[in-house]
Amino acid sequence: MTREKPKIAFYWCASCGGCEEAVVDLAEEILDVVAAADIVFWPVALDFKRRDVEQMPDGSILATFLNGAIRTSEQEEMAKLLRRKSKLLVAFGSCSHLGGIPGLANLFTRESILQTVYFETPTTENPECVLPGVPGKDGNGKLTLPYFSERVRALDQVVEVDYYLPGCPPLPRIITRAVATLLGEHLPDKGSVLAPDEALCTECPRKDSKPEKIALKSFKRPQEILIDETQCLLAQGLLCLGPATRAGCEAPCVQGNMPCTGCCGPPGRVRDQGAKALSAIASLVDSQDEQEIDTVLASIPDPVGTFYRYSLPASLLAHSRKV
Amino acid sequence: MPDVSSNLSQAVPLEAEQPAFEPRVVAFFCTWCTYMAADLAGTSRMKYAPNVRVIRVMCSGRIDPQFVLAAFANGADGVLIGGCHPGDCHYQEGNYNCLRRVRLLKRVLEELGIEEDRFRLEWISAAEGDRVRVVINDMVEKLRALGPLQMKKEVALRPLSPEEHALQEVAV
Amino acid sequence: MAESKDIDRNGVQIGVYVCHCGTNIAGTVDVKALTEYAATLPGVTMARNYKYVCSTPGQELIKRDIHELGLNRIVVAACSPCLHEKTFRNVVAEAGLNPYYFQMVNIREHDSWVHTDKRAATEKGKDLIRAAVRRVRLHKPLERKRVSINPAVLIVGGGIAGIHAALTMANAGKHVYLVERDATIGGHMAMFDKTFPTLDCAACILTPKMTAVKSHHNITLWTLSEVTQVDGYVGNYQVTIKHKPRYVIEDACVGCMECIDACVYKQAKVPDEFNMYLGKRKPIYIPFPQAVPQVVVIDRESCIEFKSGKCKKTCVEVCADRKAIDFKQQETTETIEVGTIILATGFFTFDAKRVPYYGYGIYPNVYTGLEVERLINAAGPTNGEVILRDGRKPQRVAIVHCVGSRDENTNRYCSRVCCMYSLKLAHLIKEKTEAEVFNFYIDMRTPGKGFEEFYNRVADEGTHFVRGRVADIYPNPGDGGRLLVCAEDTLMSTVRKIPVDMVVLSTGLEPQADAQDVRRRFHITCSTEGFFLERHPKLAPVNTFTDGVFLAGCCQGPKDIPDTVAQAGAAAAEALALIDIGYIEQEPNTAHVLEEVCSGCKTCIPLCPYQAISFAENKKKAEINEVLCKGCGTCVASCPSGSVQQNLFEDEQIFAEIEGLLAYA
Repeated sequence: MTREKPKIAFYWCASCGGCEEAVVDLAEEILDVVAAADIVFWPVALDFKRRDVEQMPDGSILATFLNGAIRTSEQEEMAKLLRRKSKLLVAFGSCSHLGGIPGLANLFTRESILQTVYFETPTTENPECVLPGVPGKDGNGKLTLPYFSERVRALDQVVEVDYYLPGCPPLPRIITRAVATLLGEHLPDKGSVLAPDEALCTECPRKDSKPEKIALKSFKRPQEILIDETQCLLAQGLLCLGPATRAGCEAPCVQGNMPCTGCCGPPGRVRDQGAKALSAIASLVDSQDEQEIDTVLASIPDPVGTFYRYSLPASLLAHSRKV
Repeated sequence: MPDVSSNLSQAVPLEAEQPAFEPRVVAFFCTWCTYMAADLAGTSRMKYAPNVRVIRVMCSGRIDPQFVLAAFANGADGVLIGGCHPGDCHYQEGNYNCLRRVRLLKRVLEELGIEEDRFRLEWISAAEGDRVRVVINDMVEKLRALGPLQMKKEVALRPLSPEEHALQEVAV
Repeated sequence: MAESKDIDRNGVQIGVYVCHCGTNIAGTVDVKALTEYAATLPGVTMARNYKYVCSTPGQELIKRDIHELGLNRIVVAACSPCLHEKTFRNVVAEAGLNPYYFQMVNIREHDSWVHTDKRAATEKGKDLIRAAVRRVRLHKPLERKRVSINPAVLIVGGGIAGIHAALTMANAGKHVYLVERDATIGGHMAMFDKTFPTLDCAACILTPKMTAVKSHHNITLWTLSEVTQVDGYVGNYQVTIKHKPRYVIEDACVGCMECIDACVYKQAKVPDEFNMYLGKRKPIYIPFPQAVPQVVVIDRESCIEFKSGKCKKTCVEVCADRKAIDFKQQETTETIEVGTIILATGFFTFDAKRVPYYGYGIYPNVYTGLEVERLINAAGPTNGEVILRDGRKPQRVAIVHCVGSRDENTNRYCSRVCCMYSLKLAHLIKEKTEAEVFNFYIDMRTPGKGFEEFYNRVADEGTHFVRGRVADIYPNPGDGGRLLVCAEDTLMSTVRKIPVDMVVLSTGLEPQADAQDVRRRFHITCSTEGFFLERHPKLAPVNTFTDGVFLAGCCQGPKDIPDTVAQAGAAAAEALALIDIGYIEQEPNTAHVLEEVCSGCKTCIPLCPYQAISFAENKKKAEINEVLCKGCGTCVASCPSGSVQQNLFEDEQIFAEIEGLLAYA
């Protein structure tokens, strides 16, 4: 008996390509995915065009895994197109989930970004002042780069999202588990993040080494100290965001002797990962004196980049103040 | 080197005639000191600006940085936190924890373009009703001068050209 | 508590009651507009306004609506929750709902009383009501916990306040631990000669009470002892007490004082604290003849055995078989369990050296009131003779009021007792020396029973009253060591310089030097001046913000003996009332760990000042002991994964409040 295999699609927007690598990293397991489903759209690996998707009936794709944040008009168009064509839209990876590293661009104005990228970098030659969204000329005729919008958005700030796969990039084990879940009979609640709803400390190999009380007179950056490979990184003064970050990855960074930077986003009860992380980190400061507290905190050189590394566009403030 | 900013943002749209700006302040007061001080200001019939709405928490240590962000996100022009003086916390140390969070949160807010005067921490004991009046009046005055909260990173952009509008319209 | 109905959140039916509070609210806030507005809010079934919602008919109105309209959440917009939150929770409970399905909106203290612009005040009221309506939807049914109360009481400080409270409690059959840091109880009162305005002898009325303390079977008296740590909570405090060595075994000493006579020091050489250093004592001594306990004490600073180890120890010899002297005594600590605590730690007299232009410590004939008190006392260093350091009897005496009181540079407050004790000293000095006495005062404050009459009496006796703050005191050149007291007489509008033999500085009362340490130890607060802060200045003057800890006497603020005794009695009555019920109901606003999602990161554990959070090794998660939790919520705010929540102050409830406040049209 043959039956039609469910269709799935992969797409990328504002991202680094790491999420695509993550799919490739499935290695032999990708065969299991192919065995269970037809990949109908995956520009990075297979030669499909946008018009192929446009020709599909609405809702004909079971699930689209979309990675990357939304910055340009083209990304927004593709997100909306794939949303229409898919039963389930899955935000794949930190950028799509929370805005990700590209989201930190929201700290700068659109103008200043364009100014830097299109005029000021040493290798840029742009005498005709070509800018995205402004029609220009190439050798043959008219050329228009997609419009570069005012800010970076997470996928759910553009279209409705059914599920989220966290991580930068999501680990193979999270991907296979998620694909199995989505192909299975019992779908999780809409809006779920497909990873455990606890913080990373749960599965951290160094959990037992964490003392009950940590009191710090300064925070350290990884290059500043010789990191003990067995001890809790926070206890060593490193800014590990594990306590404020969703579990599921099994702490590969910590296993590589580097602190967690928070890519899996917050657990479900938290509305703003950065705020919660800073609240916990601040409580480690060993002082009751305002000036001394400031001195200790000065050893965190970039608080926004630290606490909102992956979640600035999805933060409470940014979320509510769309341009 | 050409300056793109003149190209991108020459025209700031003209503000329509609007009623005078009244700042909105959300205050988080601990129940033992600052909330009591605000009650005392009331029983003493002191008069102060009506722009502040108080949320009572047991201790300033309960104030989650998320609450501050949520207040700004929902339209507050300023957030005021009131707790017991250092050493006077009803729960011994909650106010120190509040202080540590506030110091770090202040840096984050500044980086996100929220002016310093919009977020204020004050130690006001149960006996200092007048301090409530002074602080609230002062804060409202400063917020009036600052105007409505606008994150400075979101500078006004020039209106889009018809072609750009067309690009923005998603064609699918 | 009435049986509670658990309510499905979808079936929320909210009643909003806006109080006029006569014109207190309705005069500034448009209560009708608030009511109409409240009725439009989602979930609100009924909105009413009423003249006094807290009155019996107002309460009945709420109950009737709950029954007839099926309301299951109540919001009352009225005064401060500190005033009537309990009242309305009870109303809600009496109507059969869980009392925590209630939220109070403060539109009086925080609105009508502090604003004049009616429109703005009404808008503010709308915002506050909208926030409460949104919040109350998310309220959950909660149970108050009952905690039993240990009937034993700790009283700290053995002055007249501590003594009176101890006897009251002990007579009521409760066990009292009375802890005093000096070698004897009695406090300042034991140092006074006579007491104003009746002039009865302080010792005569105090010492019987001191003896009664010692002999009372319900009182454990610990002198030379201090409280070092207080753990636990109302009804169940664990108190650690440090006993300093006396070097005399209290139970073995019979108070014969032969050891004092036998001391190798033939003469008393050590300045005597009890006599304000005006007299001398030996290294082994008893603070004063009526000291309780009647037990000697050795001062290790001056005792030769402690200094050189080579004393003949004649004291030990004469003590003989009683073997009461023990040079090897060590400091010990013990922990006791009590249910309530009364603090009666007294006051500190202002250090007159802080006002250098009055010459205290520079000119030998400038004294403090307390020093003169000892000079007048028959058991004092001069056997009751008021004589100067050179043995002369003073012929002219100046008494300076308000030293360290009502002064921008020192203390702004009035110490309340100085005017009266200055009058008393004027009377006694005149009686003893027939000297001419000048009282320099700012205002004469005599508001008490028989006080004004006493003032008139002293004036009639011929004491001179000069209204003016003394500006300077210095030697009168060529006048045999007399001092000139300079003040502007504000009644005569002249500067007066009056030569005197003796100056008495009426020093004010200050908080004990270690009051800040003590209040931290007992988890209470201090007022701006540093005295312990009462829960309410009028309605809870002996309570503190910490349940089960009460205040008596001058640790709460300057007061005279009758007020001190009255307050001590009140503190004892408050403690007895708690003990009599036998239990206390605790607010359920405690924190709890959402066990299934806690990652065991331990962030919360060190933040708890009450050690209520521990790490459960078997589950690798945090655990909160609800009995120890006092509900501050610090752990909740710091939990990086949102896995700790606080009853009544859940994250979502507060978010709802924030959003409600700002969700204006």
